[in-house]
Amino acid sequence: MRHRSLLILTTAVAAASLALSACGSRDDDDDGDSGTSGGGTTVTIGLDAPLTGDLSALGQGIKNSADLAVKTANKNKEVEGVTFKLESLDDQAQAGVGQQNATRFVGNKNIYGVVGPLNSHVGQSMQKGLGNAGLVQVSPANTAPELSQGPDWQSGKKKRLYDTYFRTSTTDAVQGPYAAQYLYNERKLRRAYVIDDKKTYGAGLAGTFSDEFKRLGGTVVGTDHINPDDRDFSAVGTKVAKSKADFVYYGGEYPAGSPLSAQITKAGSKAPVVGGDALYSAEYIKLGKKNVEGDLATSVGAPLETLDTAKTFMKDYKAAGYDLPYEAYGGYSYDSAWAIVQAVKAVVEDNDGKLPKGKEGREKVTEAMQKVSFSGVTGQVSFDKYGDTTNKQLSVYEVKSGEHKPVKTGTFQESGS
Amino acid sequence: MHDLPDQLTNGLALGALYGLIAIGYTMVYGIVQLINFAHGEIFMIGGFGALTAYLWLPDGTGLTLALPLMLLLGVVCATLVAVGAERFAYRPLRGGPRLSPLITAIGLSLALQQAVWAFYPDAKKARPFPQFQGGDFDLGFVTLSREDLFIFIAAPVCMIALALFVAKTRTGRAMQATSQDPDTAKLMGINTDRIIVLAFAIGGAFAAIAAVAQGFKTGEVQFRMGFIAGLKAFTAAVLGGIGNIYGAMIGGLVLGVAEAMAIAYVGDIPGMEQFGGGSWKDVWAFILLILVLLLRPQGLLGERLADRA
Repeated sequence: MRHRSLLILTTAVAAASLALSACGSRDDDDDGDSGTSGGGTTVTIGLDAPLTGDLSALGQGIKNSADLAVKTANKNKEVEGVTFKLESLDDQAQAGVGQQNATRFVGNKNIYGVVGPLNSHVGQSMQKGLGNAGLVQVSPANTAPELSQGPDWQSGKKKRLYDTYFRTSTTDAVQGPYAAQYLYNERKLRRAYVIDDKKTYGAGLAGTFSDEFKRLGGTVVGTDHINPDDRDFSAVGTKVAKSKADFVYYGGEYPAGSPLSAQITKAGSKAPVVGGDALYSAEYIKLGKKNVEGDLATSVGAPLETLDTAKTFMKDYKAAGYDLPYEAYGGYSYDSAWAIVQAVKAVVEDNDGKLPKGKEGREKVTEAMQKVSFSGVTGQVSFDKYGDTTNKQLSVYEVKSGEHKPVKTGTFQESGS
Repeated sequence: MHDLPDQLTNGLALGALYGLIAIGYTMVYGIVQLINFAHGEIFMIGGFGALTAYLWLPDGTGLTLALPLMLLLGVVCATLVAVGAERFAYRPLRGGPRLSPLITAIGLSLALQQAVWAFYPDAKKARPFPQFQGGDFDLGFVTLSREDLFIFIAAPVCMIALALFVAKTRTGRAMQATSQDPDTAKLMGINTDRIIVLAFAIGGAFAAIAAVAQGFKTGEVQFRMGFIAGLKAFTAAVLGGIGNIYGAMIGGLVLGVAEAMAIAYVGDIPGMEQFGGGSWKDVWAFILLILVLLLRPQGLLGERLADRA
């Protein structure tokens, strides 16, 4: 009897592990593909994003949009003689996994560029591996300024760390202050309660917001730091409610942000929660329901709905039939992948229709990336000397009847200085 | 300190939730000296069971109507998994080296987490949990939310039922006997295997009720929710004296209140601004645990057991 139960258990475990290993081996088959097929060259674009876990809504949107860019490039024969392919890896929003993925990308000779990641702390862990291999990386969503401008960016000593790092999203150095200006000047709010989740992204955003808000003359009536894995924020909620703050600024992502906002409301506070682009997700509203009504989120760029360049993207995305929406970073991810396509195109055209192999090819693509300029989904796409986007547009969205509605779009102006 | 009643309510609600989960740790430990680290996952499965029940009901079903069904299915799922874990993962190892079941528990915990992650529809991210409609109850000195009210009713009811069961029924006394001396209990004709299964089942049921309460509080259930909750509940069980069911509840309440107080007031102490707030609450909770264990190694209500340690 005892042996039988063990047998059942072993069978179950064996079956489960087989199923898992089957999933794993599919990617390896892709690696084995030869660089040439059907007379043309195959260029693989690596993609790294959290495809599972809390942030998977954003990650899947990034993956699908990059996939759309690759398919469009192939359909239009954007680069003569080159077929593009996407290889996506899941980083689970963890720095360690991102680093391993970077190593895998470097090891795959067909990869000439990487789109991703979503999280700034993951970006930090991937930079070095990709940088040493000369493999270009375009992030659609990293917003921590130090990734491109070095750790001392705040004191004015900006220094680019890796020539291979680019991003299509704007940074927290712009996003936090933009929110502060909007809330102070246009909403006439004066009392802020600032909370962050201590991550690279969240703490950076909260910091740049507080500095600008205080400079404008606003008061920070309280600060708190939470653990991003916690979901019980009732005590923080009560503190906020008693502080009589006009609003709460939260530097962090929607998985903790949504319950935080809901529990602040439940504690009896009418103060809206304001945050960055990582709160600009449909999941934020799905989790918090009525309790997040009136909350605000800033996001990089103009709302896709208002851009002519984005209309085709939205139409194609719908036509491609992806089961999940493109979410906050879809357009940026498409532009990131498209930037790699354009860089490859420039190299191929400069090189008599051929793409140099190995490290030389990768370095050429990186060089070409610096000069890329095209009209993308999110507007004109090009990069400054730090690898940051030259597009400094931002939008504010408000949760109104269960949806993020754009309330203002503008370009960030450094005020006073 | 003007918000003290509200913060106490927050702490007690959180603590009662920890306490309900801690009962599962403490009962199993009291009877088989096993720390069932997969208990956090049983809690999580209870939450998903309750969510499933809600999703089965037609859209727009009121929560008052849905709640009994949610509790029922949550309890059934969690109990089945708990009993299954005992039967297939722990029983074959009983009598073996003590580390084997511990490692098994950790493995089981990962397996359950990943199973929900892989097979429950859309569970790769947090799933929204139904919420009570309507506002809070203003009692003058304190406002009481409906979620907190639920746990304040559920926890005492569960505790009283368990206390009566253990003290008054035949099976309950058999349980006490098994916990005091399994070998002699067996000689007296008690089916100890059945008692052990029962301990797992009760623990699972209580965890499921706690999971529903947490779902209401946080508005979501997700595959990783059992890890932190389980860790906290285990701490509560140790704090209260592992093996003692009243200790588990008291340990939970102390831990919950300590966390709420740490968030609310530590930062106000001059010179301590750095050490207050949400990110330091766990540090203070564990400092409290260490202090208690230094002064009373057996926990708040624990008894020194001469024959086992």
